[in-house]
Amino acid sequence: MATAGGRARDTSGTPLLEVRDVVKTFGSNVANDSVSLKVMPGEIHALLGENGAGKSTLVKIIYGALQPDAGEILWKGRPVSVGSPAEARALGIGMVFQHFSLFEALTVAENIALAMPKGTDARKLGRTIAEVSRDYGLPLEPDTRVADLSVGERQRVEIVRCLLQNPALIIMDEPTSVLTPQEADQLFETLKRLASEGCAILYISHRLEEVRAICHHATIMRRAKVVSETDPTRETVGTLARMMVGSHVAEIHRERAVPGATRLELRGLDVPATGPFGVALKAIDLTVRAGEIVAIAGVAGNGQGELFDALSGENPAPSDGMVLIDGKPVGHRGVNVRRRAGAAFVPEERLGHGAVPGFRLSENVVLTRHGTREGITRSGFTKVAVAGRVVTDVTDRFDVRKGTPDPEARSLSGGNLQKFVVGREVHREPGILVIAQPTWGVDAGAAAVIRQALIDLARAGSAVLVISQDLDEIFEVADRIAVISRGHLSAAKDAAEMTREEIGLLMAGGAEKRGEP
Amino acid sequence: MRLELVKRAEMSRAMMVLSPLIAVALTVVAAAIVFAVSGHNPLTGIWLFFLEPVTSLWGLEQLLIKATPLIVIGLGLAVCYLSNNWNIGAEGQLTIGAIVGSAIPVLAPEFDSWVVLPLMVAMAMAGGAAYAAVPAVLKTRFGTNEILTSLMLVYVAGLFLDWLVRGPWRDPKGFNFPITVTFNPSATLDSFPVGGLWLNLSAPIALLLVIVFAVVMRFTLKGFEIRVLGQSPRAGAFAGFSARRMTLFAFLLSGALAGLAGIMVVMSEIQKLQPVISPGYGFTAIIVAFLGRLNPVGILVAGLVIALSYLGGEAIQTSMQMSSKVATVLQGMLLFFVLACDTLILYRIRLVRGRHGAGEGAHA
Repeated sequence: MATAGGRARDTSGTPLLEVRDVVKTFGSNVANDSVSLKVMPGEIHALLGENGAGKSTLVKIIYGALQPDAGEILWKGRPVSVGSPAEARALGIGMVFQHFSLFEALTVAENIALAMPKGTDARKLGRTIAEVSRDYGLPLEPDTRVADLSVGERQRVEIVRCLLQNPALIIMDEPTSVLTPQEADQLFETLKRLASEGCAILYISHRLEEVRAICHHATIMRRAKVVSETDPTRETVGTLARMMVGSHVAEIHRERAVPGATRLELRGLDVPATGPFGVALKAIDLTVRAGEIVAIAGVAGNGQGELFDALSGENPAPSDGMVLIDGKPVGHRGVNVRRRAGAAFVPEERLGHGAVPGFRLSENVVLTRHGTREGITRSGFTKVAVAGRVVTDVTDRFDVRKGTPDPEARSLSGGNLQKFVVGREVHREPGILVIAQPTWGVDAGAAAVIRQALIDLARAGSAVLVISQDLDEIFEVADRIAVISRGHLSAAKDAAEMTREEIGLLMAGGAEKRGEP
Repeated sequence: MRLELVKRAEMSRAMMVLSPLIAVALTVVAAAIVFAVSGHNPLTGIWLFFLEPVTSLWGLEQLLIKATPLIVIGLGLAVCYLSNNWNIGAEGQLTIGAIVGSAIPVLAPEFDSWVVLPLMVAMAMAGGAAYAAVPAVLKTRFGTNEILTSLMLVYVAGLFLDWLVRGPWRDPKGFNFPITVTFNPSATLDSFPVGGLWLNLSAPIALLLVIVFAVVMRFTLKGFEIRVLGQSPRAGAFAGFSARRMTLFAFLLSGALAGLAGIMVVMSEIQKLQPVISPGYGFTAIIVAFLGRLNPVGILVAGLVIALSYLGGEAIQTSMQMSSKVATVLQGMLLFFVLACDTLILYRIRLVRGRHGAGEGAHA
């Protein structure tokens, strides 16, 4: 990613979009505190900030999905009130969402037709889709079913759907979080082309490298306020990060791994897909040894969820010998047998999977540790006092910030709840830890604490398997890296020998060709 | 312009406790309006309906007799509802339980032994559980909606009882009335005096069940499992609990308790089978379960409150010549107010102005 020069910002004309002193509060929580923002025509404008900084709220206000409590929005110099997303689209504001809103059973053209005005000619629409998608380097077959498309291709559908409405401003929420590095590069070309044609792009991302590579201007938010505006090409990743976080982020300490005996082993793990849109796991082989962290990279939806369920036993493997914990075959066993054998699991979803939202933290300790013979249950009775001591220990060690000693899980912020959910398992000192998306949606401070805990656990002799979509995180913690693609897993290789390009190729399907000459 | 429900950031603990009381108060107000509209003095109506029944020992006895099956069934239904299984068919499970439990005194009227009573109770519970297993198995095997299947089976059970007492089980010496033989003394529950009140064993059993359920729900892993699976099935699976097995467990348990309630009513009050053995206990227990906030002690209180409405209905029928259906109307209103209060604890109402485009659905 080279930073092209000559991206000077022309602020002489009327801004395309101007947000002035917008305030939005939810109860006692101020999400936007007098936020102002100017987007010029034809610029790629980055909106940076940590989770919870107020970016999403601001974007939803611009797109009409939320109404501001105070402040005004000017579109091409005129004050407007954007009452709904439909009104935003009528003005010329389009949005590409992080989570797609496509019907999997319909074709590309049918999905796009749903967003078009009534009476649009279906055949003509198919041709237009093909033309537009080719022109912008987003190749799409109008008649393909969305279910058969990769995540990157689905995003193209969203972008094309947006483009057909001739927007003057496109809002993109973390567009590259679901793409391989190569797909992301392709997207950047499209964005540059759009910008050169005068379309402005409001680009939300945490990925500072790509912001430096393609954006003309950056507005940085922290704790509901705009804290600075800058030209990202004149900043380094470090200075941008500091502006976002407001302080220095703790460095992670990692010594080289001295791997010991194999603790977790997968032998030809084959699991059929559970639904029409699920992913089947195909002949997965993997070993994780004591003392090391192995990371599984991959674009979302390539079988990570299925692999986690097969490892945890929520969806057991067809035979016992496919999953071995410390040599013990458990492939067909349930989650508590595996926990008793020394394994611990942290799923991707914190609320509703890793923790029950309406339960107190102590009850959430019971949730995963009632079957591990640690005295949390005795003769069928739950020992809340014992669970409460675990909460205190985890809180102290992981600095979980909470209002009351034993609050409901849902009242914790994302980062604090994640520290609790990880801490709950690490506290057991498990021999094997399987963790999915350890720091998804977590602020930089909490992420550093969690990653350090994983490294410390491994160095103390446990085997840690991290399933993550965040390559930066993977390179920070992993000793070996494997890549999952459509249910196939590549052989795990030493992290020092892996490059982003190589991982990208494996993500894009290279992992499936393993074993062929 | 439209109304929208917006989730509250946190719910008030005080309101959680107060909400059933507010609902009862609103029901009293609604009752006053009903009395006034039908041309009666609302104050007299409220006195007769809500208070007069408990001013006599006889009234208190009746209150306990009516509250007992409601509480017993309500306890089982609460387990269902907490674990996200919607058993609406307790009335049918009660009926089948009563039929199966009555098989001994009806088919073997001469059999006179102390084992008859415990056998009848065990058979009634097994019958109720087996009948509840039908919607549970249909749900776990075929994914059918248990609300529909359990509800429809109520009518099947009612018609089956009707056919039995008019056909094969009819008392040959019963002058063609649709009734079975009267149970022999070893198959009936006798009353004994407790401080001037004549009670049978049913009420103490209900009280014991309340205590057992309160302990199980609060302090045991089983109670924990029930609550986890109801609130978050995915987290329940992560804890190693099976939602399928819970569906079976909850239905079997609530079916057994409905069967128990059915046989208690038959053994103590009617002492034979007839076309109608329950004034809708199985349906009213749904209201009891929710009015009691699905909490065993709450259900005890709610059972008494609702039982009062049965007595009140009879009272206004005799004293004011109003239809006893008014009691049903007020029970329905009470459930409505309870659910409305609960909704307003969790959500607040917001008025949204402005028009909304049709294209919104694509991004919703």
